[in-house]
Amino acid sequence: MADMMAQGKEPEVLFWVGAAGSYDDRAKKISRAFVKILHQANVDFAVLGTEESSTGDAAKRAGNEFLFQMQAMMNIEVLNGYEVKKIVTCDPHSFNTLKNEYPSLGGKYEVFHHTQFIQNLISEGRLKIDDTTLKGKRVTFHDPCYLGRGNDVYESPRDLINRLGVNLTEMKRNKSSALCCGAGGAQMFKDAEKGDKEINILRTEDALETKPHIIATGCPYCNTMMTDGIKFKEKEAEVQVKDIAELIAEANNL
Amino acid sequence: MQYLPNLFFALALIAGMGFFLMNIRKVSRNIKLGKDVNRTDKKPERLKNMIMIALGQSKMIKRPLSGFLHIIVYVGFIIINIEVLEIIIDGLFGTHRIFQVPLGNEIYGFLIGTFEVLATLVFVAVVIFWLRRNVSNIKRFLSKEMKGWPKNDGNNILYFEMVLMSLFLIMNATDTPFQQAGIGNVVSQFISPLFDGFSLEVIHTIERSAWWFHILGILVFLNYLFYSKHLHILLAFPNTYFANLNLKGQFTNLESVTTEVKLMMDPDADPYAAPPEGAEDTVPEKFGASDVADLNWVQLLNAYTCTECGRCTSVCPANLTGKELSPRKIMMDTRDRLEEVGRNIDLNKGTFVDDGKQLLNDYISPEELWACTSCNACVEECPVNIDPLSIIMDMRRYLVMEESAAPQELNMMMTNIENNGAPWQYNQQDRLNWADEE
Repeated sequence: MADMMAQGKEPEVLFWVGAAGSYDDRAKKISRAFVKILHQANVDFAVLGTEESSTGDAAKRAGNEFLFQMQAMMNIEVLNGYEVKKIVTCDPHSFNTLKNEYPSLGGKYEVFHHTQFIQNLISEGRLKIDDTTLKGKRVTFHDPCYLGRGNDVYESPRDLINRLGVNLTEMKRNKSSALCCGAGGAQMFKDAEKGDKEINILRTEDALETKPHIIATGCPYCNTMMTDGIKFKEKEAEVQVKDIAELIAEANNL
Repeated sequence: MQYLPNLFFALALIAGMGFFLMNIRKVSRNIKLGKDVNRTDKKPERLKNMIMIALGQSKMIKRPLSGFLHIIVYVGFIIINIEVLEIIIDGLFGTHRIFQVPLGNEIYGFLIGTFEVLATLVFVAVVIFWLRRNVSNIKRFLSKEMKGWPKNDGNNILYFEMVLMSLFLIMNATDTPFQQAGIGNVVSQFISPLFDGFSLEVIHTIERSAWWFHILGILVFLNYLFYSKHLHILLAFPNTYFANLNLKGQFTNLESVTTEVKLMMDPDADPYAAPPEGAEDTVPEKFGASDVADLNWVQLLNAYTCTECGRCTSVCPANLTGKELSPRKIMMDTRDRLEEVGRNIDLNKGTFVDDGKQLLNDYISPEELWACTSCNACVEECPVNIDPLSIIMDMRRYLVMEESAAPQELNMMMTNIENNGAPWQYNQQDRLNWADEE
């Protein structure tokens, strides 16, 4: 972003990578896949790079409103400094926080989840999804809580999956009644309380009931939880866990 | 002497209604112990929610069987109450079926016939409800928090309804002139033969007894509401009206925190500045909630509205995997503590005297609070838009900001965010490395 600014250019959109997308080995692949799609669609985008900092979502859900608002105000200062207007992110948690919780602190942006953004690229005719590469695969989609129930976005990811030419099979708990993967509310960063099962295992069982080749996700944290669930069930050979961006990149041979 | 029944009726009515109003005032006072929150915006949308969700039961039918049975009981309850109007007039003035003549046999017969059919349907629905609660193994009725009083309370309500509906039908069945007229006795005509061998006098006594027990039962039931989970029949309406209208993912930004953070980040702020005039004596606002008075009034209204159906708990990922957390218990605990605080205020002439207890720890444990994934499934599921998550979040805020009592791993996560701008221990300078790796 700083480079673009120095050259006097204004990017079309800022890609908010998020902590997972920047540091987590699995999530980095999602970031790279999404970037390939942006390149293919000739989207002029920027990232904040080392100037990006945690949105504070995890701190907020853990109850630390102080830390959240400190992070938010720091980020808002940077974003407003670059006069950012449009943001896209692969992380529903960043998406939710930037879109809903930053405005009252002075950060007003048009925020998109990457599935919404890609959907727009397709409807504008800037991107096409090859529906032959993955043809015949059975795919089930796990709704991220902060995209689905949190923001009522259920159709964008499903629309993209349908464009892949695959068979989308819904789990028994889907859309507004989808079961959480177990990572939200800062659970990602701590061990679960005492119980008789891990939430991600229960959700993986939901997914496995649909006999999928691929479990599609739209959130780096859900991806981790479902990947761990598949490993626990020793199904890595048969079932893949992939972000929708990765599936599109794969379909288009990017 | 002949006015004695009328007088007795009037007294019973006044006592029943008076006691009810007194208790409603108490509920209202307790709810107002909560902090202020503005829910007067977007009136058309609020009204629409109330009409669709409370009146129209739109969220109940998501579970078709219990939703359908509930609608029968609900519609029956409302419509049969038209009959109560006639009973009250008859009781006060010593008349008998006062509406029959002015409405004419056709309309009156149609109305009573409808009531009889509804009463029968309600009776059947309530019996099925009882079987679901006591015979079928439905998990949400068997949870830990449903032992003891909550279980009995649920059954008591069902017994009340069974008895009231039976009395209504018996009253009609033993009303000899009504049976002879043959209008509207669509169900009671089949009950009437049961009394064939009895003398007219006995039948009349049964009719009078059923009539009296029916109306007295209604007055008792009205007052039972206050002591039970059944207040939802009234509070579902304000509760859906005042519910949060924002997207569920959006959590509130604490304004008291915003002020402090702005002050911290303002390079011109003088850290040694004296507090503004008159502010010396004000106690700084507590962050988050440890007791009911720290919650807002809508959250307290939520607590009184909850009828303990447990749909929230049945979809809670933490509860489904055996954790202590149950969103229903959060609501029940909040209500029970609020009741306790209310009784304390009553005993101490209008002021709350510290009882050494609070909602946190004495009712809700940190273990429950930390098990929440903030997934909003409970909020989505509630048929009357109760928001258990907002209470969980407010209590987490108290734990973290007032007591620094987060689990160790979360403290590490937060330290990382403070130091490296990420929940993990990575160097901020490495934030863009992902782009060049493959």
